[in-house]
Amino acid sequence: MREVAVISFAQLPIVRREDERDDIEMVLPVVTEALRASGLEKRQVGFTVSGSSDFLTGRPFSFVMALDAVGAWPPIEESHVEMDGAWALYEAWVRLQHGDIDAALVYCFGKSSAGDLRDVLVMQLDPYCTAPLWPDSVSLAALQARALLDTGRATERDLAAIVSARRSAAKKNPYAQLKGDYGVDALLEAPRFVAPLRKHDCPPISDGAAAMVLATGDLARKVCSRPAFIRGIDHRIEPHALGSRDLTRSSSTSLAAEKAGALSGTFDCAEIHAPFSHQELILQEALKLTNGTEVNLSGGALCGNPMMVAGLTRIGEAALRIHRGEAKRALAHATSGPCLQQNLVCVLEAG
Amino acid sequence: MSDPVRRIKAPVRLEYSVTAGKDLSRFLVAIADGRLIGKRCPSCRKVYVPPRGVCPTCGVALGEDVPVSDTGTLTSFCIVNVPYEGQVMKLPYVYGSVLLDGADLPLSHLIQGIEAADVRMGLRVRAEWLPPEERRPTLESIRCFLPTGEEDAPFDTYKEHL
Repeated sequence: MREVAVISFAQLPIVRREDERDDIEMVLPVVTEALRASGLEKRQVGFTVSGSSDFLTGRPFSFVMALDAVGAWPPIEESHVEMDGAWALYEAWVRLQHGDIDAALVYCFGKSSAGDLRDVLVMQLDPYCTAPLWPDSVSLAALQARALLDTGRATERDLAAIVSARRSAAKKNPYAQLKGDYGVDALLEAPRFVAPLRKHDCPPISDGAAAMVLATGDLARKVCSRPAFIRGIDHRIEPHALGSRDLTRSSSTSLAAEKAGALSGTFDCAEIHAPFSHQELILQEALKLTNGTEVNLSGGALCGNPMMVAGLTRIGEAALRIHRGEAKRALAHATSGPCLQQNLVCVLEAG
Repeated sequence: MSDPVRRIKAPVRLEYSVTAGKDLSRFLVAIADGRLIGKRCPSCRKVYVPPRGVCPTCGVALGEDVPVSDTGTLTSFCIVNVPYEGQVMKLPYVYGSVLLDGADLPLSHLIQGIEAADVRMGLRVRAEWLPPEERRPTLESIRCFLPTGEEDAPFDTYKEHL
């Protein structure tokens, strides 16, 4: 395996609605900043890959238009995934294993504000038996939360405690959409939104974009003082049919964590992509995190959840802690699909 | 066993409100005012009409506004003879690429006021605007492009802009 490191990461402030900028105008600043921070010239980037969804933009081939932001002339080698940027990162990592190029650019964007997100996300469901019922994304998450509470492994107070801790941590994250001091008791007084979930148990609807540059061993060490090396990365998926899964466990996360080497050794910090509060508890269990690991210091997806972006942002936030010398070993996780259907686990290490 | 289900109907309707973007918004606001503006790439100096946020060749934000003429040259065209769903124009009609004077990329619009068989590359055309009170921030504020009657532009003047 070739060593591959994250050498730069850039993101937009996460907002409820980007009123002025279109997709391209959102992608340009993060691509420009990620390239600048990487210390590489554009011509040194051998592969470009993006993550986005036409169902969010409401326009076919929106990823082709967004490609304008990278300046695809002379022609570049590029690809796209209709998924979160974390899976674009995975493709870039695979591409760098081929051995003929040394750097790759990953970017992603999502403007959930263009449509009604809870309905738009129905489009990712099984189109024969589930989607025609139009179960919206929050209702599906609520079914999962109910199933978890019914096992007795978590209480509504546990969910509120997660929200309180994440919004408090997000005060230090200039890009976070929601942040502040919220006591657990006060949170529990809020009415239920889709029972058993309260509004604060759900991620905000967000617009955002992010970009990342990856480089292989020697190049990474040359241009970056503390590269964040990807020591393990794996992603796994569970059945499409929600009824055939145990929604209270994340077996795909467990398997990806095992294959990525995330179940041995300790982590200084972990960035977990849990859009809903109860999902963080399910994921913490699957990832077997120990007490010494600080979780979601950025605030996580509960404090800003741009679709197609929030997963790559977890990896970016973890990598930045290594860049800044705040962590030596970090765990990053990304999820996709309803009720944690698909999960990616990435182990990052300094040096 | 009863008859297997061979097909289902699963209607989908989603509504979006799309953001035009900063650059395109400037163009649309100007067009409601009866003006056409482009933006120049600070790197390759090309003038994009409509402006599009980024120069796709250079990957940099476009620079200053550039007023462009509502007169230009037809660089390419298509005679539409085939009826299709949602069609509003009477067949045959001509859809063309108009390189406005001062612009580097052609704009697509209807070509009228000339028999389809007489339409040709190099034809000089001018925007036929709706009356000021009917103009809105849309390219439909220009009803179509009509021949100016000028001599055709020589191929060399637009061969780089096809």
